[in-house]
Amino acid sequence: MRRILANPYAPAFALAVVVVMVPLLVPSPFYLRLATLVFINALVVVGLNLLMGYAGQISLGHAAFFAMGAYASAIGPAHLGLPTLASMLAGIVLTGVVAYGVGKPILRFKGYHLAVATLGLGVIVSIVITNEIAWTGGPDGMQVARLWIGSWRVSGVANWYWVAGITLIVAMLGAANLLSSPTGRALRAIHDSEVAAGVLGIDVARYKLLVFVISAIYAATAGAFLALFDGHVTPVTGGILRSIEFVAMAVLGGLGSILGSVLGAAVLVVLPQALTSFHEFEHAILGAILMVLMIALRRGVIPSLQSWLLRGAA
Amino acid sequence: MLTVEHLSSRYGRIEALHDVTLHVAAGEIIALVGSNGAGKTTLLKALSGVQPIVAGRVRFDGREIQRIAAHRRVRLGLVQVPEGRQVFGPLSVEENLLVGAWTRGRAIADDLARIFVTFPMLADFRHRAAGTLSGGQQQMLAIGRALMARPRLLLLDEPSMGLAPLLIDQIFAIIADIRSQGVTVLVVEQNVQAALAIADRGYVLETGRITLEGSGRSLICDDRVRQAYLGVHVDA
Repeated sequence: MRRILANPYAPAFALAVVVVMVPLLVPSPFYLRLATLVFINALVVVGLNLLMGYAGQISLGHAAFFAMGAYASAIGPAHLGLPTLASMLAGIVLTGVVAYGVGKPILRFKGYHLAVATLGLGVIVSIVITNEIAWTGGPDGMQVARLWIGSWRVSGVANWYWVAGITLIVAMLGAANLLSSPTGRALRAIHDSEVAAGVLGIDVARYKLLVFVISAIYAATAGAFLALFDGHVTPVTGGILRSIEFVAMAVLGGLGSILGSVLGAAVLVVLPQALTSFHEFEHAILGAILMVLMIALRRGVIPSLQSWLLRGAA
Repeated sequence: MLTVEHLSSRYGRIEALHDVTLHVAAGEIIALVGSNGAGKTTLLKALSGVQPIVAGRVRFDGREIQRIAAHRRVRLGLVQVPEGRQVFGPLSVEENLLVGAWTRGRAIADDLARIFVTFPMLADFRHRAAGTLSGGQQQMLAIGRALMARPRLLLLDEPSMGLAPLLIDQIFAIIADIRSQGVTVLVVEQNVQAALAIADRGYVLETGRITLEGSGRSLICDDRVRQAYLGVHVDA
């Protein structure tokens, strides 16, 4: 038990099993759509959790990166005549460059300057999306052209379920690989004591920046997937509330836990659906459930359960 | 090996170091003693590059390093054991040591083995989280971690802080041993007696200024040192 819990690649394999099993078990495409949304959100949260759980930084602007990926996939084909795939990839790269530009001057400092700066970025991106009507369609949003990869037209739940699921598995393997490398060890050291890491020769600012850029790229990829999957984008995609939701998913599942990221995303995507029968009380009940979960499982669902299981096994 | 010339540093408007000049020759153990708040830690931080310098020069092997980033100074051979040990609590003992070898690349198995010979206790606890070790064990780990970087000049900030007398003796014996392996040592201490006893030379720092310097033995015998730091009453 202990060895399974300690294996950094275990969460990705567990998810692979789930991805294969879900289509066999669910009664209707509605659930596949829900699962796809979970995968897309989880992709953002896995990246954000690297930043929060390992580099010890908070981003309140990940919805901005998400939106940049989404709108790049929409604007490229609509206004620039680019193929959708190229637009998506360009958007992801561009988002990485923006994250580098924002993070570079800020991550030299200790503390939570990044949270404030990314909040600012979130506001700017949100305003631009809402007001540049000629490019983005403004508050109504815009249509997104279908994605073609070669002769494969990627559309519909049946396709996107697999694309999002497999991408998430790859992203989780990437995160696990990063964390079990010397770089990951350095990141955990930085999280614990930046001064001690610095006087041992670790370029603290550089590694925090690296993780920030990786997390932005994960978010942009997820944003592009959502836009292409839905076939339209609206400014809600990049709103401040979305950023806070991503942070909530990471904290709920457990900081520093890859599996927790997926679980946090699953809870916050699925629960509102399950609670719709409560109508206007939906959000109040959702809030109450989150509060109870955080009080009962203070370190997040997965880390709390893990330490409970380990204690039981010992 | 290390020369510090007219170094000044400040926290905001408060001057923490004023016109500090000292030198460390290769192979020496130098003790920098003084009371709480004298600026000892600030000086070590300035040497490591994590505390800004207002004026003055720091040369390491003849090369000016005051503008070089902290993490690059480690590659030059200047490594610090920070105040309060600052081991990485959630990481295992072995992982702490591996982080210490960050600048060294892959050929570190011999170093790891040597650290485990110097500190057998670390070998016993190699898979335990560093945060669960006792204060003395954490100090040994912090020193071992710094040695993994193969320092040529080791900066030690208050290695005896919070330790029992028996452990303090052990730590200072280890420091003497580290020097005998060819590593130059600059140790900052409030435990004036123990530090001066193993030091070739010492400096006394008071409110950010060097007020006395001399051989370790001569400083221990100095009336001003005895009265101020060793609790000995000296008749005028």
